Amino acid sequence: MILLNIFRLILLVFIQVFILNKIYLGGYVNPYLYVLFILVMPFNTPKWVLLPASFICGLIIDMFSNTLGMNTAACTFIGFIRPVILQSVMSNREFSPGDEPGIGSMSPRWFFIYAAIMVVIHHMMLFYIEVFRFSEFFITFSRALISSAATLILIAVSQFLFFRIERRL
Amino acid sequence: MRYLWVFFGRNYFFFMFLLFEGISVWLIVDTNDYQGISTFNSTNEVVGSVIDAVSGVEEYFILKKINQDLAEENNMLMNKTRQSYLVNDTASYFINDSIYRLQYKFVSAKVISNSTQKRNNYLKLNKGKLNGITKDMGVISPKGIVGQVIEVTDHFSSVMSVLNKNSRISVKHKKSDQLGTLHWEGIDYTHGTVIDIPTHSKVKVGDTIITSGFSHMFPEGLTVGTIDDVEIRNGEHFYTLSLRFTEDYNKLTYVNIIVNLLKYELDSLDKAIIKEKN
Repeated sequence: MILLNIFRLILLVFIQVFILNKIYLGGYVNPYLYVLFILVMPFNTPKWVLLPASFICGLIIDMFSNTLGMNTAACTFIGFIRPVILQSVMSNREFSPGDEPGIGSMSPRWFFIYAAIMVVIHHMMLFYIEVFRFSEFFITFSRALISSAATLILIAVSQFLFFRIERRL
Repeated sequence: MRYLWVFFGRNYFFFMFLLFEGISVWLIVDTNDYQGISTFNSTNEVVGSVIDAVSGVEEYFILKKINQDLAEENNMLMNKTRQSYLVNDTASYFINDSIYRLQYKFVSAKVISNSTQKRNNYLKLNKGKLNGITKDMGVISPKGIVGQVIEVTDHFSSVMSVLNKNSRISVKHKKSDQLGTLHWEGIDYTHGTVIDIPTHSKVKVGDTIITSGFSHMFPEGLTVGTIDDVEIRNGEHFYTLSLRFTEDYNKLTYVNIIVNLLKYELDSLDKAIIKEKN
């Protein structure tokens, strides 16, 4: 379980740094797919693992993209609010240990509401920290929203891809 | 005291969050000042070598383009050699070569990482201290200017791109010699903005903007771009010019780092001026 998550982190960092950060989509769009790592950590992850894991995930991305601290701050924050948001969107179903948030374990609708809230908060924080001035408020706002949409589409694609595989097995 | 510990124990998640968030804010404040990108960053040797390996693979996909650029540059240099000039005045006096003194030296480097879509963009190059690179050197490409070195390690260096909030480059209008400042307003990596050129000078769409040479980083007269749009904002006595860069920053592969051999001499003059002011 832990190994799977570490492998997923490495894969997502690789995709983020060497593919997504290099594709130019009109200056407005820069998807940050790596937040998926924080989104799908198992339900029963203890809180004291959740926060350091989010922190390290952001730190690794920062080290590769010369933005030290920015992704780290945004990641730590969504790691912190994750339990609250999960609780508010989840029905009272019981989960076996090791279950992960996903379109299989939650319904697709609730999973995407959960993902959308987390991704939008993460992107808003990240983009405003990066710009760090109010004169470009609306441009930054639209950049964050459009990028969030792109990230969500990528998350949806990856979810449907792996959900299929799980069912076939 | 016991209750204090119980209080901490109950809310440990919140305090842990404060701790980590505090560390990241400290990282932002302490290191994103473009002076001090240090140990943790991707100039870091380990991260640098990973990036270097991947960019080696990517290089194969753009070999054709690199060849073409090199051929063009060769052409340009050929045009500048003695042999391609016709000597039509043999009677003129002899110019002693010692009048000229080499001021700028160029070091070629490969771009191992680059970005164009962030608000603040940086590049990494595969040359460092061991190749004689130091902070504040200018970086150019065959078609334009790229940025300024902000951090070096033994084998790699970080460059603040022209496409950065903090980048200010002294430029001038080629026809009128009027000085201006180049900066970047974000979003579009093909266009920059030139300010501070007074409105009494005549500026037209299509005119060329070149480096001024006043910053000791770039030699005078390198092409930066052409003017795309001329605008005078309300109540200002200076133009706001939209500039189309001649270089396509998304395709950078090889660049030249400029070593200014007389920099220390020039800097010592600057220091004298600052001392005078104080």
